[in-house]
Amino acid sequence: MLPGLLQQARKHGVLCRVPRLTAAIRGFASSQSEMTVRDALNSALDEELARDDKVYVLGEEVGEYQGAYKITRGLLQKYGADRVKDTPITEAGFTGIAVGSAFAGLKPVCEFMTWNFAMQAIDQIINSAAKTLYMSAGKISCPIVFRGPNGAAAGVAAQHSQCFAAWYSSVPGLKVLAPYDSEDARGLLKAAIRDPDPVVFLENEIMYGQAFPVNAQVLDKDFTLPIGKAKVMREGKHVTLVSFSKMVGYCLKAADHLSKEGVHCEVVNLRTIKPLDKDTLLASIKKTHKMVTVEEGWPQCGVGSEIAALMQELAFDELDAPVLRVTGAEVPMPYAANLEAAALPQVDDIIKAVKKVLG
Amino acid sequence: MQTMLKQHSGFRAAQPGRQVVKVRAVAAPLKTATSAPAKAPLVTPEVAKDLYYDMVLGREFEEMCAQMYYRGKMFGFVHLYSGQEAVSSGVIRLLRPDDHVVSTYRDHVHALSKGVSAREVMAELFGKKTGCCRGQGGSMHMFSAKHNVLGGYAFIGEGIPVGLGAAFQSKYRRDVLGEETSDSVTCSFFGDGTCNVGQFYESLNMAALYKLPHIFVVENNLWAIGMSHLRATSRTSGDETPYIYKKGPAFGMPGVLVDGMDVLKVRQVAQEAVERARRGEGPTLIEAETYRFRGHSLADPDELRSKEEKARYQARDPIPQLKKYMLEHGLATEAEIKALEDKVAEVVEDSVKFADESPKPERGQLLENVFADPRGFGISEDGRYRYQQPGFSSGTAIVS
Repeated sequence: MLPGLLQQARKHGVLCRVPRLTAAIRGFASSQSEMTVRDALNSALDEELARDDKVYVLGEEVGEYQGAYKITRGLLQKYGADRVKDTPITEAGFTGIAVGSAFAGLKPVCEFMTWNFAMQAIDQIINSAAKTLYMSAGKISCPIVFRGPNGAAAGVAAQHSQCFAAWYSSVPGLKVLAPYDSEDARGLLKAAIRDPDPVVFLENEIMYGQAFPVNAQVLDKDFTLPIGKAKVMREGKHVTLVSFSKMVGYCLKAADHLSKEGVHCEVVNLRTIKPLDKDTLLASIKKTHKMVTVEEGWPQCGVGSEIAALMQELAFDELDAPVLRVTGAEVPMPYAANLEAAALPQVDDIIKAVKKVLG
Repeated sequence: MQTMLKQHSGFRAAQPGRQVVKVRAVAAPLKTATSAPAKAPLVTPEVAKDLYYDMVLGREFEEMCAQMYYRGKMFGFVHLYSGQEAVSSGVIRLLRPDDHVVSTYRDHVHALSKGVSAREVMAELFGKKTGCCRGQGGSMHMFSAKHNVLGGYAFIGEGIPVGLGAAFQSKYRRDVLGEETSDSVTCSFFGDGTCNVGQFYESLNMAALYKLPHIFVVENNLWAIGMSHLRATSRTSGDETPYIYKKGPAFGMPGVLVDGMDVLKVRQVAQEAVERARRGEGPTLIEAETYRFRGHSLADPDELRSKEEKARYQARDPIPQLKKYMLEHGLATEAEIKALEDKVAEVVEDSVKFADESPKPERGQLLENVFADPRGFGISEDGRYRYQQPGFSSGTAIVS
């Protein structure tokens, strides 16, 4: 991060919202440093824009505003208005433009201010981007990345808080990624941009400001993570906790707490929702024989439902207990802070579920 | 203060203070019985013959589709283009191979005009492996990477932003990638019903804002299934009928109304729009007044359109019009015209035979082409991919 950028950041009042930014800048040079998820995404975009001039970014406020959540900070200044395009508020239209340009050979990164707004563009995401390779029998591909914050933020109420992982992961033709930490954010975004297929990249607004340690390998400009491979964040032998995005952090906290009581949880960070890494899940269930899935989204037909179905289909004899799902409540997100907390999974809910599954 | 102007069909005035819209060819509600005295022909004999061949091919192909559908060789939703050939031939025959075309579900003839072979389109309609999309697309989803046909969309309005994207790519190549010769254009075809869809307006706005080399071609055939354009669309203040071309200037681009039953007029208007776009001057909205002789689809009983209206437009059939023009201006002889018609009959018969004899896709083809990246099917522990398992796919998935 250049000093000039730091000035820009100050000018746009970013630093007051991102307290760890200075730490990230100072720490950049050392081999084990910290980086926020926001900076991870920003640096990934920066490097991919530099690497391939067919890559461009478009979306609302990505340019002059420096990004609604500052993910694209500095990119307009560096790459110009032709490659970092501010669009009008016209989701279906600009998503369609991005998809059409991908059909014609460019590599767009289409930002949605939140994934809720992408519902206005869902026709283009699914009917155009996801299905065209199949409809054209392999001739016309769509190397596009759709990205933006997904799921609940803080007090943004019903129309700004939906989790779309389940919806998009049911569509053949889309790859669906959900990073948790900075390493995930960098590696998966770079892999997504380099991938020849349409990728739905589900970020999380609360995670943007959180910093995680990153090593030199993660900071390398060619660092990518494989799509379709989950990561075992923490090994354990008593129960498997499966999750993605922000909930991985909650699972790790629950695992910490439970380990003091002698229960050792294996925490799996899915990283990719589609294609699901069945093999990592099966290997884990063979070890622990019990599983709890954790997600923010609604219970019916959620990601946990799919995992539960798969585990009982593929590893019935390995299961010592039914797969339990910890999900968001079956309600549109309420506004009141206490109700919102009640509508989302908390660390205590995960602990309760683990204890239930242990019998 | 609104001035109440009597708008005759096809009238367009340069109103004081308004942007003058260049209209070259204007629709007439009724064709005059006698043709104008022979002037210098608007096109060369080669072009005229090419247009005639293309229109007859479109017509014969679509009529053959109707036959095949009722014989059970084709199924699902099939939307025929009969009657509208002048728009497809008039616009698309002008384009270069590197120009793009985007259409709706009424896309067979757009694909044919752009160069996709009749064999491939017919085989696709029969659901055979040899179709342009190997039977995976069908009537409503004609794609061709070779001829730059980007579909074939079932949702009206969906194709227009995609067309804008292809135009964006052309501009991007020039402005960012430095390819100075990049001046390809994109034509999006859609109907009157689409002009009430949100994506149409979003596209008009952005095409003008970004000055994209894109041509909006509205094939106004007055009907969206059974919904008359006059019942569905509001009128600009002061007008008695709704005019779609007037929406162009509202967004900052020229709007042109043209007689879509006259291929030469369509071609003239399209030529100007294409050249504008290639010069970097931005998009154009062309409203072609046309008519489909058949129902919305082969499943449509077509009960709401009056016989009189149909007869009126049948009298303006573009193919006899062009034939008459060619004979009057010495662009072709009767014998040459007959030869073209015979050739078309041959091509269409051949395409049916080809499609009939082609094999159906194998079961293994079902799971192919979901992802461009074969690794999208998942990685297993031993490093192999799911598609590598025996019997998973017997098709042409390419392993890298």
